[in-house]
Amino acid sequence: MNDATRTKYRRMVSTVMLSATGVCAVGIVGVLLFILGYLVINGARSLNVAFFTELPRPAGETGGGMANAVVGSAKILGIATVLGVPLGFLGGVYLAEYGNRTFAFVVRYTVDLLNGVPSIVVAIFAYTLVVMRVKHFSLLAGGMALGLMMIPIAVRSTEEFLRAVPNGLREGALALGTPKWRMLATVVIPAARDGIITGIMLNLARVAGETAPLLFTSFGNVFWNRSIQQPSAALPEMVYRYALSPYEAFHAQAWAAGFVLLMLILLINTSARLILMRARSGGGR
Amino acid sequence: MFAPGVEFKMLVNGLNFFYGKSQALYDISITIPTNHVTAFIGPSGCGKSTFLRTLNRMCDTVENTRLTGGVQLDGEDIFKLDVTALRRRVGMVFQKSNPFPKSIFENVAYGLRVNGGLSRSQIDEHVERSLVRAALWDEVKHKLHQSAYGLSGGQQQRLCIARALAVDPEVLLLDEPCSALDPIATSKIEELLLQLATSCTIVIVTHNMQQAARVSDYTGFFLLGKLVEFDRTERIFQNPSMKETEDYVTGRFG
Repeated sequence: MNDATRTKYRRMVSTVMLSATGVCAVGIVGVLLFILGYLVINGARSLNVAFFTELPRPAGETGGGMANAVVGSAKILGIATVLGVPLGFLGGVYLAEYGNRTFAFVVRYTVDLLNGVPSIVVAIFAYTLVVMRVKHFSLLAGGMALGLMMIPIAVRSTEEFLRAVPNGLREGALALGTPKWRMLATVVIPAARDGIITGIMLNLARVAGETAPLLFTSFGNVFWNRSIQQPSAALPEMVYRYALSPYEAFHAQAWAAGFVLLMLILLINTSARLILMRARSGGGR
Repeated sequence: MFAPGVEFKMLVNGLNFFYGKSQALYDISITIPTNHVTAFIGPSGCGKSTFLRTLNRMCDTVENTRLTGGVQLDGEDIFKLDVTALRRRVGMVFQKSNPFPKSIFENVAYGLRVNGGLSRSQIDEHVERSLVRAALWDEVKHKLHQSAYGLSGGQQQRLCIARALAVDPEVLLLDEPCSALDPIATSKIEELLLQLATSCTIVIVTHNMQQAARVSDYTGFFLLGKLVEFDRTERIFQNPSMKETEDYVTGRFG
């Protein structure tokens, strides 16, 4: 081949490959937009103020809402955060700042395995440990199941963001005669703060849509949840039940619930990314 | 070699240092004179930074290292002192300026707050005095509560010096403090070192031989982990007794 044909050949290969990757990229975005569009059209149509203010109506009646599921989801996620985040955060601090030996390797490996445990298995675990023992479903058990799922990501995201803090900051603080714990609390963790918060929010967005762990734990409830010891409704669990029901009105409610859930997750995701962007562009406070 | 009447702040005796199995320092023995500037020169990787980091035990923070021999501060074994107490007495400024992501004021106040025991107005006073000593006060006095990251590279390095000075260290270690700075910022820091040396023992590691010649009273030459020669700065640069030192300072290698 002479130079001219070789160049031509290269250009052709380049065009073909570029088109192929482009088509795939558009395809990926397309799938997401399709799901989003479908949910928006069906969900937004069924959504009204009553959804957020009223309890579910019995089958056959129209109207009603899922106020109890919205509040239930919020409570479950709150409990999950309270239980999962501190544990995961402190574990992440340990791995990033203290653990460089075999034990840390074991912890890191275990955490990665825990992250890979299917949510239905977490559900059975929480069911056996909590529900079977107290002999009834409860909101608390649902929060514990989701909290367990939050731990591995909380550990690893905290660890990653702490590792990204320049070592010079650690040395600068230590060289002033600062004890290590104080150096971590006043320099390193604040420097990684935005990243750690982002990690927690993305973590929350990830478990917000989990359904399987809730079916075995918080179970569901068509009334208000009065105590964390009692069963509670939650949005993903409502989507599951209502979509499987034979009633048209329930299907509409399921779409609305799915739409609300997706918007909630999008909101958490977007604010997390905004925080991270702010942190990356300067970080000066 | 030392002028009569000179006192000694630190005494290093037979110091060996290992990173894992490789030895970085070989049998270093030296005395650091009080309230003078002592410089260490030598090619990259010769162990001068490692040596500096043993003086405030920053080397402790590196895993898998080992040290033999002794280092004394005012006659006390530094390895028997509490490490935080030692580092308050022996401050350090690093090659890459490392201000905390806090305000200018909070950067300087950091060490004071860690030590505790000062009232608010005393902290204000110390911060101002340290910034004045670091020749930075006039440039930052109107923006003390802005982020330290808004300062220029040279200002950030002087801020780090102010931060180290705030806790009134007896010894200040500087590890190539000017390597990332332009000549103007460099000359400011050099002037500063000369002033500080009236009340503080200064130990500086530098790549820049002119800098060592300009600021130091005594100079040590490191090569391959060994202290080849240590003498008055004029002697090291004008009439060294070792062939390696002469080769290095005249630019024949390194």
